[in-house]
Amino acid sequence: MTIATRATAHRTSRTATRFVGRLGFVVFITVVSVFFAVPMIWLVVAPFDGNPTMSVKWPEWTLNNFHRILDNPYAFGSIVNSLMISGGVVALTVILATLAAYALSRVRIPGRDALLYGLLLLSSIVTGTAAMVPTFQLINALGLINTQLGVVLVMSGGILPTVVFILKDFMDSVPKSYEESARLYGAGPFQILRDVVVPVARPGIAFVAVWSVVQAWSNFLVPFILLRDPTLQPAGVLMYTFYTEAGQADLRLISAFSLVYTLPVVVIYFLVNRKFGFRFYGGIKS
Amino acid sequence: MVSTPSSVGTGVVRARRKRADDVAGLGRARAAAFVVPALLMIGMFLLFPAIWTIYLGMTDYRLTGLAAAHTSFVGLGNYTAAVGDKAFWNALQLTVVFVALSGVIGQSLLGFSLAWSLRRLKGWVRTLVESLALAAWVIPGSVNAFLWIALLDRRDGTLNTLLNTPGTAWLISDPMAMIVIFNIWVGTAFSMQLFSSALSAVSPSQLESARIAGASEFRQLFDIVLPTIKGHILTNTLMITLWTFNTFTPFLLTAGGPNRKTEILSVYIYKTAIGSGQLGFGAAISMIMLLINLAIALLYMRVGRKK
Amino acid sequence: MVSIGRRKLITLAGLALVPGALDACSSTSKTASNTSSGGTKNVTLTITANAIEGGKNAAEAKWVADWVIPQFQKANPGVTVKFEPQGVNDENYKTKIALDLKSGKGADIIAIDGIWTGEFAQAGYIKPLKDVAGAAVDAWDGWKQIPNAVQGAVSFQGKVYGVPQGTDGRVFFYNKNLFSKAGLPTAWQPTSWDDVLNAARALKKLKGVTPIQLNAGTAMGEATTMQGILPMLVGTGEYVWADNKWAGNTKGLRDVMNLYKTIYVDEKLGDPVLQQEANGRDSSFQEFAAGQIGILAEGDYFWRSVINPAKGVGTAPMADRDTVVGYTKIPAMKPGSGVKGQSFVSMSGGAGRVLNPNTKNADMAWKLMELICSPEGFAARAAGTLSISPRDDVNKTLLAKDPMLTYVSTEVLPITSYRPGLADYTQVSTALQQASLDVVTGTSVADALKTYTGTLGGIVGAGNITNN
Repeated sequence: MTIATRATAHRTSRTATRFVGRLGFVVFITVVSVFFAVPMIWLVVAPFDGNPTMSVKWPEWTLNNFHRILDNPYAFGSIVNSLMISGGVVALTVILATLAAYALSRVRIPGRDALLYGLLLLSSIVTGTAAMVPTFQLINALGLINTQLGVVLVMSGGILPTVVFILKDFMDSVPKSYEESARLYGAGPFQILRDVVVPVARPGIAFVAVWSVVQAWSNFLVPFILLRDPTLQPAGVLMYTFYTEAGQADLRLISAFSLVYTLPVVVIYFLVNRKFGFRFYGGIKS
Repeated sequence: MVSTPSSVGTGVVRARRKRADDVAGLGRARAAAFVVPALLMIGMFLLFPAIWTIYLGMTDYRLTGLAAAHTSFVGLGNYTAAVGDKAFWNALQLTVVFVALSGVIGQSLLGFSLAWSLRRLKGWVRTLVESLALAAWVIPGSVNAFLWIALLDRRDGTLNTLLNTPGTAWLISDPMAMIVIFNIWVGTAFSMQLFSSALSAVSPSQLESARIAGASEFRQLFDIVLPTIKGHILTNTLMITLWTFNTFTPFLLTAGGPNRKTEILSVYIYKTAIGSGQLGFGAAISMIMLLINLAIALLYMRVGRKK
Repeated sequence: MVSIGRRKLITLAGLALVPGALDACSSTSKTASNTSSGGTKNVTLTITANAIEGGKNAAEAKWVADWVIPQFQKANPGVTVKFEPQGVNDENYKTKIALDLKSGKGADIIAIDGIWTGEFAQAGYIKPLKDVAGAAVDAWDGWKQIPNAVQGAVSFQGKVYGVPQGTDGRVFFYNKNLFSKAGLPTAWQPTSWDDVLNAARALKKLKGVTPIQLNAGTAMGEATTMQGILPMLVGTGEYVWADNKWAGNTKGLRDVMNLYKTIYVDEKLGDPVLQQEANGRDSSFQEFAAGQIGILAEGDYFWRSVINPAKGVGTAPMADRDTVVGYTKIPAMKPGSGVKGQSFVSMSGGAGRVLNPNTKNADMAWKLMELICSPEGFAARAAGTLSISPRDDVNKTLLAKDPMLTYVSTEVLPITSYRPGLADYTQVSTALQQASLDVVTGTSVADALKTYTGTLGGIVGAGNITNN
C-alpha cells in the first residue's frame, strides 16, 4: 500500500464516520421533532372541527366552536384574568427573588443553604391538595377571599423558593469581577445589582419569569378555591366549565378554548425568549 | 475583567468553594434587607400553611361528615395507617419508578442530548426543535392531557394510525410506560435549557485543544464537559426529582388507573384529600412525601460532593 | 452550587414539625355571611349552583339570570339577588361549598347533590330547613306535590334539609336496529337477568358490536355504582345499606359480581378494556351513538343530554334517536326477587337546594326558595332543558312532550331506590367499584369480595357489615 492510498483510505473512513455521525444526528433530531410535534396536531386540528373527537381526523372545517367561545360571557375575561394573575405573580416573585438570590449568593448568611433547601421541599407540600384548607382559611382571615391579590400572594409564596433557588444558582455563576470593578468606580450595592448584575443575569431572570408564568397560567386549585366571582376566574378554571352536568367533556368547546388558552402563554414565551434569550451568559462570551 | 478561558475549568470549582465573596460590599445588614421581603412572603403564604398542614396530618380531619365537626388529634395514627395501607406502598413504588424513569433518566438524558447536539447549530433547525420542546413545556397541563388522550386513544388515536395498530389501548396495556413518556415529553425542555446554558459556559478553547490532541467526542464529553457542568447536573436532577414527585398531570391522562397502575403519590393524595375528603390523612401522606424528598436531596448532595 | 449541612436540614425539617399555636388558627372564623343586613330594605341574597352560562348546566344559569332574579326582584323591591355560578366537577364543587360553609360564608341558597346531605349535616354545615327558616317551611303548599321518596333524597335521619330540584331514573337503553338484525323483538321488556343475557348472546353474533355495557370499575367512578352495581343489587332484594349495616359478602353482592363475571369474563358479552379507560364512559356513549353497543344501562341523562339530536345539546347526538333507541325497565334478577318483592328496579339520584344556616335573611331566602320551586319556576326551567322535576303537578304537564321522561316518571320512579346519604358512602362506593373492576379483570368473585369486605371493614368498622 502506498502512502497515497493509505491516506485516501484513512480519509474515506474518516468521511464515513463523519457521514454516519451526521446521519445519526439527522435521524435523532427528526425523531425527537416528530415526538414533540405529533401530540400537538390535535390542538391545531380539533378546534376547527364541527364534531371533534378524541382522535386526529380530517375536520369538518368550521369556526363555529370559536363563535361559541366568543359568545361565552367569561372566556375573554378569563384570559385577561390569567394575564393579570400571572403578571402579578411574575412581578412579585421576580423582584423579591432577585433581591434575595443576589444577597444569598454574595453574602454568607448563617443557615442559608439549609433554609433554601428546606423551603424548596416545603413548597412541594403547599402546592399540593393537602394544604387546601389552611390556605383557604388563611386568605379568609386576611379578608382576601374573592380577590386576585389573594391568588397572587398564595401562588407567589408557593413558587418563590424555587425561583430563589434557581436564580441564586444563576447569580453564583455571574463573574464577580464586574461587581468588583463597578464597586471600584464607587457604585452602591443596589446600583450594582440594578446596573451590573441584573443585566448580566437577565437571561436567567427571563427563564424564571417564564417558568413562573407557566406555573401560574396552568394552576387550577388556588384560583378556584379562593375566587367566587366567575368574572375574576382565570382561564385555567374556566377550562373546566366546558363539561356537561355528568362530567363529560364538551370537546367542541374544550378544543377551541384549549387553543385560546394555550396561545397567550406560548406567545409570551416566544416574546421573552426573543428579547432576552434563555442563556446564562448571553452577553459575555470571552 | 473578562474571565480568561483557561481559568474557567478550575475557576468554577474554586469559585464554588468560596462563592460567598461579598464583592459588591453588601454587608450583612443590607443583605438581610434584600432577603427579608422574600422570606416574609414565603413565611406567610408557604411556611404557615405548610406547618398547619403538618398539624392537620396528625388529626382525623375531614372536609365533611362527623370528623369535620369534631376533629380529634390522632398523633401519628395517620402515619401508621399509611404504612399499613397497601395502596400507599403501591403509590410509593410507582412514584419511585416514575421519578427515576421519566425525570432523572428520561428528561435529563433527552434534555442533555438535545442541548449537546444542538449546541453548535444555528438557524431554523435549532429554533424548530427547541420551540417544539418548549411548547410542550409551556402548554398548560389540562390541555396537554387532551393532546395525549387523543394521541393514545384506543379507537382512532393518532399513534394507532401511525403504527397501524388499530384497537390498541395504550393507556390500558402499558399505562406506566405511557405516563413516563408523557412526562418526558412535557418536561424535557427544562433540562434542555439548563444544559444548553451550562454547555455554553464550557470553555471552547479547552475543547479545541482537546480536539487537537485527538480526543474523541465522548472523551471530551466525559473529561471536560461533565466535570465542568457538574453543578448544573445536580441542580437539574434535584429540581426534576422534586417536580416529578409532585406532578399531578398524569392523573388527567389515566385517573390513576387502570386499577391503580398509575396511582403515583400525588394522585393518591388527591384521591384521599378531594375524592374521599380525608384531609388529615392526605396531609400525613404529603409529609411522608416531603421526608422522602428530603432523603433524596441529601443523597444527591452527598453524591454531588464526593465526585 | 449550594452545599448543605445535613444536620441543618434535619433541624429545619424538625422545626417544621412543631405544631405550636396552630389550634388557634384552625378554629373557624365566625365572620358574617356576605349578605348585607338591615330590614327588608337593601337585602342581598345569593344563589350558587354548579352551573355557568356558556358552560356546564348553561340552561340552569340562564334560567336563574333571566327568570328567577327578575321575578323575585320585581315582587320584592329593595331585594337584590345575585347568582354565583360555578362550573367544575362535582368533587371540586363540593369541596368549595364545604370550605365556604365551614368558614361561615357561602351563598344563601346552595345547590347540592342529594347524596351530600348526610355528610354536610353531620359536619354541621347545613341544618334542617325548619330550623333555618321556621314555620314558613311547613306552611309551603309545594310539599304536597313532592313525593316522599323524592324528599328523601335531600333528607337525613328523617329531617328535610333542602327542597328537591329534580330526580332521575336508570333504565336499559337498547338499539332497535341491532335488535332486529339479531332477530330480537324491538319492543323489548326483559323480566330477568337471564333475559338480558340471552339478548346479549344473540347480539354477540353481530360483527363489530359490543352486546352490553354494564358499567364496571373505578375509572367510571359513581357511574359504576349507580348504573351498574346498585341497580343490580336491588334486583337481588338487597340494599347496600340497611338496618344500620353495610352489605359485605352477601348473597346479593355475590350474584351481582357473578353477573359481571358472566358478562365480561366468561362469555365476553361486554368490553372489559373499556371499563378501565379513564374516559370509558364517554367512549361508551360514543359507541352507543355509533350503533356499536346493543344494550346500555344509563340514567335518563343519557337520553336528554348525550344522544339528544337537538342542535348543540347532545354530546354524542343521534339524529335518529327517537326511532332507533329503545328504553326499558331494569328487571330484577328473577321476577319478584327485587327489593320490596319488586320485579323491576331502578336507582335514582336527586339534586336539591339548601338554605345556608349562616344566612342573615332566612325569611327572605325561603321566599326565594319558594319561587324557585314553584310550578312556574320549574316550567321556566324546563324551557331550557327538560328533565324530571320533583313536583307531580309540573311533571304531569311538562313531561308530556317527552315520552322517555314520561316513562321514567310514571313507570320507573314508583319502583326506584335511593342511595344512603352517609359520609361513608363515597368510600364504600369506591370499594364496590374496585370489586367490580377486580372481577372484570379476571379475579375470582370470592377473592374480589374478600378484598372488598376487608376495605369495607376499614371504612365503617367490621361490626357494621352484613355477611350472609
